[in-house]
Amino acid sequence: MPQLDITTFSSQIFWLAVTFIALFLVMWRVAVPKIADSLEARQKRISDNLARAEEVKTEAEAAIEAYEASLAEARSDAQSVISEAAQQLADEAAAREAELAETLKNRIAESEASIAQAMEAAIANIRDAAAEVAVSATERLTGEAPAADDAGAAVDNAIKARG
Amino acid sequence: MSLGDIDVSFTNSSTFMVLTVVSISLFLILGMRRAQLVPGRWQSMVELSYVFIANLVRDTVGSQGRPYFPFIFTIFMFVLFGNLWGMIPYSFTFTSHIVVTFAMALVIFIGVTIIGIVKHKLHFLTFFMPPGVPMYMAPLLIPIEIISYLSRPISLSVRLFANMLAGHTLLKVFAGFVISLGIAAGWLPLLFIVALTGLEIVIAFLQAFVFAILTCLYLNDALHLH
Repeated sequence: MPQLDITTFSSQIFWLAVTFIALFLVMWRVAVPKIADSLEARQKRISDNLARAEEVKTEAEAAIEAYEASLAEARSDAQSVISEAAQQLADEAAAREAELAETLKNRIAESEASIAQAMEAAIANIRDAAAEVAVSATERLTGEAPAADDAGAAVDNAIKARG
Repeated sequence: MSLGDIDVSFTNSSTFMVLTVVSISLFLILGMRRAQLVPGRWQSMVELSYVFIANLVRDTVGSQGRPYFPFIFTIFMFVLFGNLWGMIPYSFTFTSHIVVTFAMALVIFIGVTIIGIVKHKLHFLTFFMPPGVPMYMAPLLIPIEIISYLSRPISLSVRLFANMLAGHTLLKVFAGFVISLGIAAGWLPLLFIVALTGLEIVIAFLQAFVFAILTCLYLNDALHLH
Protein backbone atom coordinates (compact mmCIF):
# COMPACT_ATOMS: atom_id res chain seq x y z
CA MET A 1 0.00 0.00 0.00
CA PRO A 2 1.56 3.31 -1.06
CA GLN A 3 0.19 4.94 2.08
CA LEU A 4 2.62 2.92 4.18
CA ASP A 5 5.71 3.62 2.07
CA ILE A 6 7.87 5.39 4.61
CA THR A 7 10.23 6.87 2.01
CA THR A 8 7.51 9.26 0.79
CA PHE A 9 6.74 10.56 4.28
CA SER A 10 9.41 13.23 4.53
CA SER A 11 8.53 14.88 1.24
CA GLN A 12 4.80 14.73 1.93
CA ILE A 13 5.21 16.28 5.37
CA PHE A 14 7.55 18.95 4.01
CA TRP A 15 5.20 19.98 1.21
CA LEU A 16 2.20 19.74 3.49
CA ALA A 17 3.89 22.21 5.82
CA VAL A 18 4.87 24.53 2.98
CA THR A 19 1.49 24.55 1.25
CA PHE A 20 -0.54 24.66 4.42
CA ILE A 21 1.44 27.59 5.84
CA ALA A 22 1.18 29.38 2.50
CA LEU A 23 -2.58 28.86 2.45
CA PHE A 24 -2.88 29.92 6.06
CA LEU A 25 -1.01 33.17 5.35
CA VAL A 26 -3.20 33.88 2.32
CA MET A 27 -6.31 33.19 4.39
CA TRP A 28 -5.20 35.14 7.41
CA ARG A 29 -3.86 38.19 5.61
CA VAL A 30 -5.98 38.46 2.46
CA ALA A 31 -9.06 36.28 2.12
CA VAL A 32 -10.58 36.37 5.60
CA PRO A 33 -10.30 40.16 6.08
CA LYS A 34 -11.70 40.70 2.59
CA ILE A 35 -14.74 38.52 3.17
CA ALA A 36 -15.23 39.90 6.67
CA ASP A 37 -15.13 43.47 5.29
CA SER A 38 -17.70 42.63 2.66
CA LEU A 39 -20.04 41.00 5.18
CA GLU A 40 -19.57 43.83 7.64
CA ALA A 41 -20.23 46.44 4.95
CA ARG A 42 -23.44 44.66 4.03
CA GLN A 43 -24.50 44.42 7.67
CA LYS A 44 -23.70 48.10 8.17
CA ARG A 45 -25.60 49.07 5.03
CA ILE A 46 -28.62 47.11 6.15
CA SER A 47 -28.65 48.58 9.63
CA ASP A 48 -28.06 52.08 8.19
CA ASN A 49 -30.98 51.64 5.85
CA LEU A 50 -33.12 50.41 8.71
CA ALA A 51 -32.17 53.44 10.78
CA ARG A 52 -32.90 55.72 7.82
CA ALA A 53 -36.26 54.07 7.32
CA GLU A 54 -37.03 54.57 11.00
CA GLU A 55 -36.07 58.24 10.68
CA VAL A 56 -38.23 58.75 7.61
CA LYS A 57 -41.10 57.05 9.38
CA THR A 58 -40.84 59.42 12.36
CA GLU A 59 -40.65 62.35 9.95
CA ALA A 60 -43.76 61.17 8.17
CA GLU A 61 -45.53 60.74 11.48
CA ALA A 62 -44.56 64.27 12.52
CA ALA A 63 -45.82 65.60 9.19
CA ILE A 64 -49.11 63.80 9.67
CA GLU A 65 -49.40 65.21 13.16
CA ALA A 66 -48.72 68.76 11.91
CA TYR A 67 -51.27 68.28 9.17
CA GLU A 68 -53.85 67.06 11.66
CA ALA A 69 -53.11 70.00 13.94
CA SER A 70 -53.47 72.56 11.14
CA LEU A 71 -56.63 70.84 9.98
CA ALA A 72 -58.10 71.06 13.47
CA GLU A 73 -57.08 74.70 13.71
CA ALA A 74 -58.67 75.50 10.37
CA ARG A 75 -61.77 73.70 11.46
CA SER A 76 -62.02 75.66 14.69
CA ASP A 77 -61.31 78.89 12.79
CA ALA A 78 -64.12 78.11 10.40
CA GLN A 79 -66.36 77.30 13.32
CA SER A 80 -65.63 80.65 14.98
CA VAL A 81 -66.16 82.54 11.70
CA ILE A 82 -69.48 80.79 11.23
CA SER A 83 -70.63 81.49 14.77
CA GLU A 84 -69.50 85.11 14.47
CA ALA A 85 -71.45 85.57 11.27
CA ALA A 86 -74.47 83.91 12.82
CA GLN A 87 -74.20 86.17 15.84
CA GLN A 88 -73.95 89.23 13.61
CA LEU A 89 -76.95 88.18 11.58
CA ALA A 90 -78.92 87.52 14.72
CA ASP A 91 -77.96 90.92 16.12
CA GLU A 92 -78.94 92.67 12.91
CA ALA A 93 -82.22 90.83 12.79
CA ALA A 94 -82.92 91.68 16.41
CA ALA A 95 -82.05 95.35 15.78
CA ARG A 96 -84.28 95.51 12.74
CA GLU A 97 -87.06 93.82 14.59
CA ALA A 98 -86.72 96.23 17.47
CA GLU A 99 -86.76 99.16 15.05
CA LEU A 100 -89.78 97.78 13.31
CA ALA A 101 -91.50 97.25 16.64
CA GLU A 102 -90.71 100.84 17.60
CA THR A 103 -92.08 102.21 14.33
CA LEU A 104 -95.19 100.14 14.62
CA LYS A 105 -95.67 101.19 18.19
CA ASN A 106 -95.31 104.86 17.22
CA ARG A 107 -97.68 104.44 14.36
CA ILE A 108 -100.17 102.65 16.61
CA ALA A 109 -99.91 105.42 19.16
CA GLU A 110 -100.36 108.04 16.43
CA SER A 111 -103.30 106.21 15.03
CA GLU A 112 -104.83 105.83 18.43
CA ALA A 113 -104.31 109.52 19.06
CA SER A 114 -105.93 110.48 15.77
CA ILE A 115 -108.77 108.03 16.42
CA ALA A 116 -109.29 109.52 19.86
CA GLN A 117 -109.24 112.98 18.35
CA ALA A 118 -111.67 112.01 15.67
CA MET A 119 -113.83 110.38 18.27
CA GLU A 120 -113.72 113.47 20.43
CA ALA A 121 -114.56 115.62 17.44
CA ALA A 122 -117.37 113.31 16.53
CA ILE A 123 -118.67 113.29 20.07
CA ALA A 124 -118.49 117.10 20.16
CA ASN A 125 -120.37 117.26 16.86
CA ILE A 126 -122.91 114.80 18.17
CA ARG A 127 -123.24 116.78 21.34
CA ASP A 128 -123.82 120.04 19.49
CA ALA A 129 -126.22 118.35 17.10
CA ALA A 130 -127.98 116.56 19.97
CA ALA A 131 -128.23 119.80 21.93
CA GLU A 132 -129.65 121.54 18.87
CA VAL A 133 -132.06 118.66 18.28
CA ALA A 134 -133.01 118.68 21.98
CA VAL A 135 -133.54 122.48 21.92
CA SER A 136 -135.64 122.42 18.78
CA ALA A 137 -137.61 119.33 19.97
CA THR A 138 -138.31 120.89 23.31
CA GLU A 139 -139.34 124.16 21.59
CA ARG A 140 -141.73 122.30 19.36
CA LEU A 141 -143.23 120.31 22.29
CA THR A 142 -143.41 123.04 24.93
CA GLY A 143 -143.30 126.07 22.74
CA GLU A 144 -140.67 127.54 24.73
CA ALA A 145 -136.97 127.12 24.03
CA PRO A 146 -134.82 126.02 26.92
CA ALA A 147 -131.58 127.68 27.56
CA ALA A 148 -128.85 126.31 25.25
CA ASP A 149 -126.59 125.72 28.24
CA ASP A 150 -129.15 123.56 30.01
CA ALA A 151 -129.62 121.46 26.89
CA GLY A 152 -125.82 121.14 26.53
CA ALA A 153 -125.48 120.06 30.18
CA ALA A 154 -128.28 117.52 29.77
CA VAL A 155 -126.63 116.06 26.61
CA ASP A 156 -123.34 115.94 28.45
CA ASN A 157 -124.96 114.01 31.27
CA ALA A 158 -126.59 111.63 28.83
CA ILE A 159 -123.29 111.02 26.99
CA LYS A 160 -121.53 110.47 30.30
CA ALA A 161 -124.26 108.08 31.42
CA ARG A 162 -123.84 106.03 28.15
CA GLY A 163 -120.12 106.02 28.41
CA MET B 1 15.28 17.30 -4.39
CA SER B 2 16.49 17.09 -0.85
CA LEU B 3 17.01 19.27 2.18
CA GLY B 4 20.21 18.11 3.89
CA ASP B 5 19.70 14.37 4.24
CA ILE B 6 15.93 14.59 3.99
CA ASP B 7 14.11 13.84 0.77
CA VAL B 8 11.68 16.62 -0.15
CA SER B 9 11.00 15.71 -3.77
CA PHE B 10 8.13 17.48 -5.49
CA THR B 11 5.79 14.56 -6.09
CA ASN B 12 2.21 13.87 -7.14
CA SER B 13 1.15 14.58 -3.60
CA SER B 14 2.96 17.93 -3.56
CA THR B 15 1.44 18.86 -6.94
CA PHE B 16 -2.06 18.39 -5.64
CA MET B 17 -1.31 20.23 -2.43
CA VAL B 18 -0.12 23.18 -4.48
CA LEU B 19 -3.16 22.87 -6.77
CA THR B 20 -5.39 22.83 -3.71
CA VAL B 21 -3.81 25.95 -2.26
CA VAL B 22 -3.92 27.79 -5.58
CA SER B 23 -7.51 26.83 -6.29
CA ILE B 24 -8.68 27.85 -2.80
CA SER B 25 -6.88 31.18 -3.09
CA LEU B 26 -8.36 31.83 -6.52
CA PHE B 27 -11.81 30.74 -5.37
CA LEU B 28 -11.79 33.06 -2.38
CA ILE B 29 -9.93 36.06 -3.78
CA LEU B 30 -11.40 36.16 -7.27
CA GLY B 31 -14.83 35.53 -5.82
CA MET B 32 -14.46 38.64 -3.67
CA ARG B 33 -12.66 40.70 -6.33
CA ARG B 34 -15.63 42.92 -6.98
CA ALA B 35 -17.45 42.51 -3.72
CA GLN B 36 -20.99 43.67 -4.19
CA LEU B 37 -23.78 44.51 -1.80
CA VAL B 38 -25.99 41.90 -3.40
CA PRO B 39 -23.60 39.01 -4.04
CA GLY B 40 -23.50 37.06 -7.29
CA ARG B 41 -23.29 33.28 -7.37
CA TRP B 42 -19.54 33.08 -6.89
CA GLN B 43 -19.43 35.66 -4.13
CA SER B 44 -22.36 33.90 -2.46
CA MET B 45 -20.43 30.63 -2.39
CA VAL B 46 -17.40 32.33 -0.88
CA GLU B 47 -19.48 34.10 1.75
CA LEU B 48 -21.47 30.96 2.43
CA SER B 49 -18.33 28.94 3.18
CA TYR B 50 -17.04 31.75 5.40
CA VAL B 51 -20.30 32.11 7.31
CA PHE B 52 -20.64 28.35 7.60
CA ILE B 53 -17.30 27.98 9.37
CA ALA B 54 -17.76 31.22 11.34
CA ASN B 55 -21.04 29.87 12.73
CA LEU B 56 -19.41 26.53 13.44
CA VAL B 57 -16.66 28.20 15.45
CA ARG B 58 -19.10 30.46 17.26
CA ASP B 59 -21.48 27.64 18.14
CA THR B 60 -18.87 25.16 19.37
CA VAL B 61 -16.16 27.40 20.82
CA GLY B 62 -17.97 30.67 21.48
CA SER B 63 -16.61 34.18 21.18
CA GLN B 64 -13.20 33.09 22.47
CA GLY B 65 -12.74 31.07 19.30
CA ARG B 66 -12.60 34.12 17.03
CA PRO B 67 -8.79 34.39 16.93
CA TYR B 68 -8.58 30.77 15.75
CA PHE B 69 -11.13 31.23 12.98
CA PRO B 70 -8.60 31.74 10.14
CA PHE B 71 -6.84 28.51 11.10
CA ILE B 72 -10.04 26.47 11.23
CA PHE B 73 -11.25 27.99 7.97
CA THR B 74 -7.91 27.05 6.40
CA ILE B 75 -8.17 23.48 7.72
CA PHE B 76 -11.69 23.10 6.37
CA MET B 77 -10.94 24.51 2.94
CA PHE B 78 -7.66 22.57 2.64
CA VAL B 79 -9.26 19.23 3.46
CA LEU B 80 -12.38 19.97 1.39
CA PHE B 81 -10.48 21.00 -1.75
CA GLY B 82 -7.99 18.14 -1.27
CA ASN B 83 -10.91 15.70 -1.13
CA LEU B 84 -12.65 17.27 -4.12
CA TRP B 85 -9.51 17.37 -6.28
CA GLY B 86 -9.22 13.65 -5.53
CA MET B 87 -12.63 13.06 -7.11
CA ILE B 88 -11.25 13.85 -10.56
CA PRO B 89 -10.13 10.65 -12.32
CA TYR B 90 -6.32 10.17 -12.54
CA SER B 91 -5.78 12.76 -9.83
CA PHE B 92 -4.11 12.19 -6.50
CA THR B 93 -5.90 12.42 -3.15
CA PHE B 94 -3.39 13.58 -0.58
CA THR B 95 -6.00 13.34 2.20
CA SER B 96 -6.05 9.57 1.64
CA HIS B 97 -2.49 9.41 2.97
CA ILE B 98 -2.20 8.68 6.65
CA VAL B 99 1.01 10.65 6.96
CA VAL B 100 -0.69 13.84 5.73
CA THR B 101 -3.78 13.50 7.89
CA PHE B 102 -1.76 12.41 10.89
CA ALA B 103 0.60 15.37 10.52
CA MET B 104 -2.35 17.75 10.47
CA ALA B 105 -4.02 15.99 13.40
CA LEU B 106 -0.78 16.03 15.39
CA VAL B 107 -0.29 19.76 14.77
CA ILE B 108 -3.85 20.40 15.91
CA PHE B 109 -3.42 18.15 18.95
CA ILE B 110 -0.14 19.73 20.05
CA GLY B 111 -1.39 23.23 19.33
CA VAL B 112 -4.58 22.71 21.29
CA THR B 113 -2.67 21.21 24.21
CA ILE B 114 -0.30 24.18 24.25
CA ILE B 115 -3.24 26.60 24.17
CA GLY B 116 -4.81 24.74 27.10
CA ILE B 117 -1.62 24.77 29.16
CA VAL B 118 -0.87 28.44 28.44
CA LYS B 119 -4.42 29.44 29.30
CA HIS B 120 -4.95 27.33 32.41
CA LYS B 121 -1.37 26.57 33.58
CA LEU B 122 -1.40 23.56 35.95
CA HIS B 123 -5.15 23.82 36.17
CA PHE B 124 -5.20 22.17 32.74
CA LEU B 125 -4.53 18.85 34.50
CA THR B 126 -8.01 18.92 36.01
CA PHE B 127 -9.08 18.08 32.48
CA PHE B 128 -8.14 14.50 33.31
CA MET B 129 -9.70 14.59 36.78
CA PRO B 130 -12.78 16.80 36.70
CA PRO B 131 -13.75 18.41 40.03
CA GLY B 132 -16.57 16.68 41.90
CA VAL B 133 -15.46 13.18 40.99
CA PRO B 134 -14.91 11.02 44.11
CA MET B 135 -11.26 10.37 44.93
CA TYR B 136 -11.50 6.58 44.75
CA MET B 137 -12.45 6.92 41.07
CA ALA B 138 -9.16 8.62 40.25
CA PRO B 139 -7.06 5.50 39.55
CA LEU B 140 -9.63 4.38 37.01
CA LEU B 141 -10.67 7.75 35.59
CA ILE B 142 -7.31 9.37 35.03
CA PRO B 143 -5.81 6.64 32.81
CA ILE B 144 -9.03 6.48 30.77
CA GLU B 145 -9.09 10.24 30.29
CA ILE B 146 -5.42 10.33 29.34
CA ILE B 147 -5.79 7.49 26.86
CA SER B 148 -8.86 9.07 25.28
CA TYR B 149 -7.04 12.39 25.09
CA LEU B 150 -3.95 10.85 23.50
CA SER B 151 -6.03 8.89 21.01
CA ARG B 152 -7.57 12.06 19.64
CA PRO B 153 -4.96 12.71 16.93
CA ILE B 154 -5.16 9.08 15.88
CA SER B 155 -8.94 9.01 15.60
CA LEU B 156 -8.97 12.40 13.89
CA SER B 157 -6.41 11.41 11.27
CA VAL B 158 -7.57 7.81 10.72
CA ARG B 159 -11.19 8.91 10.21
CA LEU B 160 -10.31 11.17 7.29
CA PHE B 161 -7.67 8.86 5.86
CA ALA B 162 -9.86 5.72 6.03
CA ASN B 163 -12.88 7.45 4.53
CA MET B 164 -10.92 8.77 1.59
CA LEU B 165 -9.00 5.53 1.08
CA ALA B 166 -12.05 3.29 1.30
CA GLY B 167 -14.13 5.43 -1.03
CA HIS B 168 -11.47 5.66 -3.68
CA THR B 169 -10.57 1.99 -3.40
CA LEU B 170 -14.21 1.07 -3.83
CA LEU B 171 -14.45 3.28 -6.93
CA LYS B 172 -11.35 1.68 -8.42
CA VAL B 173 -12.52 -1.88 -7.68
CA PHE B 174 -15.83 -1.22 -9.40
CA ALA B 175 -14.06 0.50 -12.27
CA GLY B 176 -12.03 -2.71 -12.67
CA PHE B 177 -15.29 -4.69 -12.85
CA VAL B 178 -16.49 -2.51 -15.73
CA ILE B 179 -13.48 -3.62 -17.79
CA SER B 180 -13.58 -7.28 -16.79
CA LEU B 181 -17.33 -7.68 -17.34
CA GLY B 182 -17.14 -6.00 -20.72
CA ILE B 183 -20.09 -4.67 -22.68
CA ALA B 184 -22.42 -7.50 -21.60
CA ALA B 185 -22.72 -6.64 -17.92
CA GLY B 186 -20.21 -3.82 -17.48
CA TRP B 187 -22.92 -1.16 -17.35
CA LEU B 188 -24.06 -2.46 -13.96
CA PRO B 189 -20.88 -1.54 -12.04
CA LEU B 190 -20.72 1.62 -14.18
CA LEU B 191 -24.09 2.73 -12.83
CA PHE B 192 -22.86 1.89 -9.37
CA ILE B 193 -19.78 4.06 -9.91
CA VAL B 194 -21.95 6.99 -10.94
CA ALA B 195 -23.99 6.68 -7.75
CA LEU B 196 -20.90 6.14 -5.67
CA THR B 197 -19.26 9.26 -7.13
CA GLY B 198 -22.17 11.31 -5.84
CA LEU B 199 -21.82 9.70 -2.44
CA GLU B 200 -18.07 10.32 -2.45
CA ILE B 201 -18.61 14.03 -3.13
CA VAL B 202 -20.95 14.15 -0.15
CA ILE B 203 -18.34 12.35 1.93
CA ALA B 204 -15.70 14.83 0.75
CA PHE B 205 -17.77 17.65 2.24
CA LEU B 206 -18.78 15.66 5.29
CA GLN B 207 -15.25 14.64 6.24
CA ALA B 208 -13.95 18.17 5.82
CA PHE B 209 -16.79 19.34 8.06
CA VAL B 210 -16.09 16.60 10.62
CA PHE B 211 -12.40 17.47 10.64
CA ALA B 212 -13.21 21.13 11.23
CA ILE B 213 -15.85 20.51 13.89
CA LEU B 214 -13.59 18.12 15.83
CA THR B 215 -10.84 20.71 15.72
CA CYS B 216 -13.33 23.19 17.16
CA LEU B 217 -14.39 20.76 19.88
CA TYR B 218 -10.78 20.08 20.91
CA LEU B 219 -10.14 23.82 20.94
CA ASN B 220 -13.24 24.32 23.06
CA ASP B 221 -12.01 21.67 25.53
CA ALA B 222 -8.66 23.44 25.75
CA LEU B 223 -10.23 26.87 26.27
CA HIS B 224 -13.00 25.91 28.67
CA LEU B 225 -11.81 22.51 30.01
CA HIS B 226 -14.81 20.35 30.79
